[in-house]
Amino acid sequence: MKEKPDTLEQAVLTEYKYGFVTDIDTDVIAKGLSENTIRLISSKKNEPEWLLDWRLKAYNHWLKLEEPKWANIKYPIINYQDIIYYAAPKPKKQLNSLDEADPELLATFEKLGISLNEQKRLTGVAVDVVMDSVSIATSFKEQLSEIGVIFCSISEAVQLHPELVKQYLGSIVPMTDNYFAALNSAVFTDGSFCYIPKGVRCPMELSTYFRINTENAGQFERTLIIAEDESYVSYLEGCTAPTRDENQLHAAVVELVAHTKAEIKYSTVQNWYPGDKNGMGGIYNFVTKRGICKGDHSKISWTQVETGSAITWKYPSVILKGDYSIGEFYSVAFTNNHQQADTGTKMTHLGKNTRSRIVSKGISAGHSQNSYRGLVRASKQATNARNYSQCDSLLLGDKCGAHTFPYIEVKNKTAIVEHEATTSKIGEDQLFYCKQRGIDAETAVALIVNGFAKEVMNQLPMEFAVEAQKLLAISMEGSVG
Amino acid sequence: MLSVKNIHANIDGREILKGINLDIKPGEVHAIMGPNGSGKSTLASVLAGREEYEVTEGAVSFLGKDLLELSTEDRAREGLFLAFQYPVEIPGVSTTNFIKAAVNEKRKYLGQEPLDAVAFLKMMKEKMALVEIDQRLLSRSINEGFSGGEKKRNEVFQMAMLEPKLAIMDETDSGLDIDALRIVANGINKLRSPDRAMLLITHYQRLLDYIHPDFVHVLYNGRIVKSGKKELALELEEKGYDFITDDIDLAANQ
Repeated sequence: MKEKPDTLEQAVLTEYKYGFVTDIDTDVIAKGLSENTIRLISSKKNEPEWLLDWRLKAYNHWLKLEEPKWANIKYPIINYQDIIYYAAPKPKKQLNSLDEADPELLATFEKLGISLNEQKRLTGVAVDVVMDSVSIATSFKEQLSEIGVIFCSISEAVQLHPELVKQYLGSIVPMTDNYFAALNSAVFTDGSFCYIPKGVRCPMELSTYFRINTENAGQFERTLIIAEDESYVSYLEGCTAPTRDENQLHAAVVELVAHTKAEIKYSTVQNWYPGDKNGMGGIYNFVTKRGICKGDHSKISWTQVETGSAITWKYPSVILKGDYSIGEFYSVAFTNNHQQADTGTKMTHLGKNTRSRIVSKGISAGHSQNSYRGLVRASKQATNARNYSQCDSLLLGDKCGAHTFPYIEVKNKTAIVEHEATTSKIGEDQLFYCKQRGIDAETAVALIVNGFAKEVMNQLPMEFAVEAQKLLAISMEGSVG
Repeated sequence: MLSVKNIHANIDGREILKGINLDIKPGEVHAIMGPNGSGKSTLASVLAGREEYEVTEGAVSFLGKDLLELSTEDRAREGLFLAFQYPVEIPGVSTTNFIKAAVNEKRKYLGQEPLDAVAFLKMMKEKMALVEIDQRLLSRSINEGFSGGEKKRNEVFQMAMLEPKLAIMDETDSGLDIDALRIVANGINKLRSPDRAMLLITHYQRLLDYIHPDFVHVLYNGRIVKSGKKELALELEEKGYDFITDDIDLAANQ
């Protein structure tokens, strides 16, 4: 009898706001991957010999690997020869200042809400902007360098600070770590590099904005953050891509190093194109992120708000090597329509009295599948290691799925590991209750989702919390299903 | 205020309401009584705008508007309130935030400015005293883990906050012990006013010991089969529903 669509269904369908393409002169290499491709990328970036060798080693290792199959995601076989591995907006001339950048580029980022214009730039936030394979601009570079903070693209770091790059690149995520990390090591093009010297508390948020523009191009960025003893940095990344029918691959690697008493706070607002409502197109977001608390009393905190991508496969992790070090993971993963997310973290306790905290909030709508996968490991030496994990799932409607895969490996008797999980559902009953109080379905869902995700959203730097909350609300529009 | 004319309603193709007529004027309290399955809760759901129910015939006017044309949320904003028989739990949304959203959505609809935090808090304090509700309850997720009595008290509290023109109380007495019933009934009585009407839906007479209705209707098999003053409730309590329904069944079978 009931032919009307569910009100829940109507409340979560919205257009992706960032789906436009910038028409700009781009330097694009031919599709396909071979040693020659890697040599070409390396030469375009004018890289030293050691880095080319490193890339080639990674490539040869990658050839021997197979794509991982264990995640709770489904996608057709990726043809790695059908991807463009290097695409760069052509610079018209050497830029002395951002204001000289291509107006088309400036307009693009203006449209994305990122002002590259020197005057208008967000105060208190330094931005590195990466489009396709290259970094276009980094702001506040000079001001930061006065206090010894290096914030630049990784390509620039390779040229200007090769000793640091050589020392740390691949030291946390080895090129042999996994399939996508090996691929990234072979073909990475750009990303951000941050170095915070001893005793410096970075006075502004550092942030990188990633944009895929070129069709059929993959994005393989590499980010490296090093915090020396007693330093502090808060870093944020954001990302978007145009609306396209075919899937695009994004395989990034992020490495963080926190020395004694250093703290790194790393936040992600991920909004890659998620595909259309029938599951056509969208980004495959296959990312390896790992940090090491190398020194005693160091701390690494990951916060992620994942709303985009057709498929998300990422597990920002912390190796707690230093005694009394702290690892944190706060995550909101929202999936709608046919999106799939398999995301979580790994906390590896090696040092004594190490602590970790995991708070994961998964929200599924439409026909999407949302999985939390987490590993907490306490080694034999990890005396008094403590972990607390909390994984909550919220289902909007009855066609989506939420899954939790917690793994615990404890080899030290003094370790305490706690895991709590809940699953709740927004159904028609709840919506009727809200509507009867005068709250329409969309407002009701926003109210419920925000309440649910609050604990994680509160972890975001203030400048971005509001934006992320809006993003969550936008992604959800029409997701009442 | 409310005029229900010959309402027929289906769910899943089955006719539950078979021609209901009801007139309620401001300030009046009407009680609808009837055995299980007679259509009492369906009537409440249809008036509130629950989408599973399909109205096949009849008309309802509420404050001069065609009620059936209004969306569920607009009915609420116009001043129709339903106290649920089974209040719904919403994890992660505090009772305070929920009510604040409801109050402000209504104000927006009526073209009023939203209440600021101070004004809202002041209003909360006043109404809390009215229905004897514990402040701690209001910071918890709405209805989650509430006892039966707490849920019903929370319904009455929301009614106090939303100041409806017409409040429909669907089996508000069910699942309450005698103390909780007294508190809830007291709250409702305090909310009676000359410009507010109430429709009490109940299976038992005991609620009517505390809240004295102006009119009592007996609903049976989708129709109002008898209406009277509050004495009718007492008669039902004494003789059971059979004394009315037997006659009707007899007539129907002949």
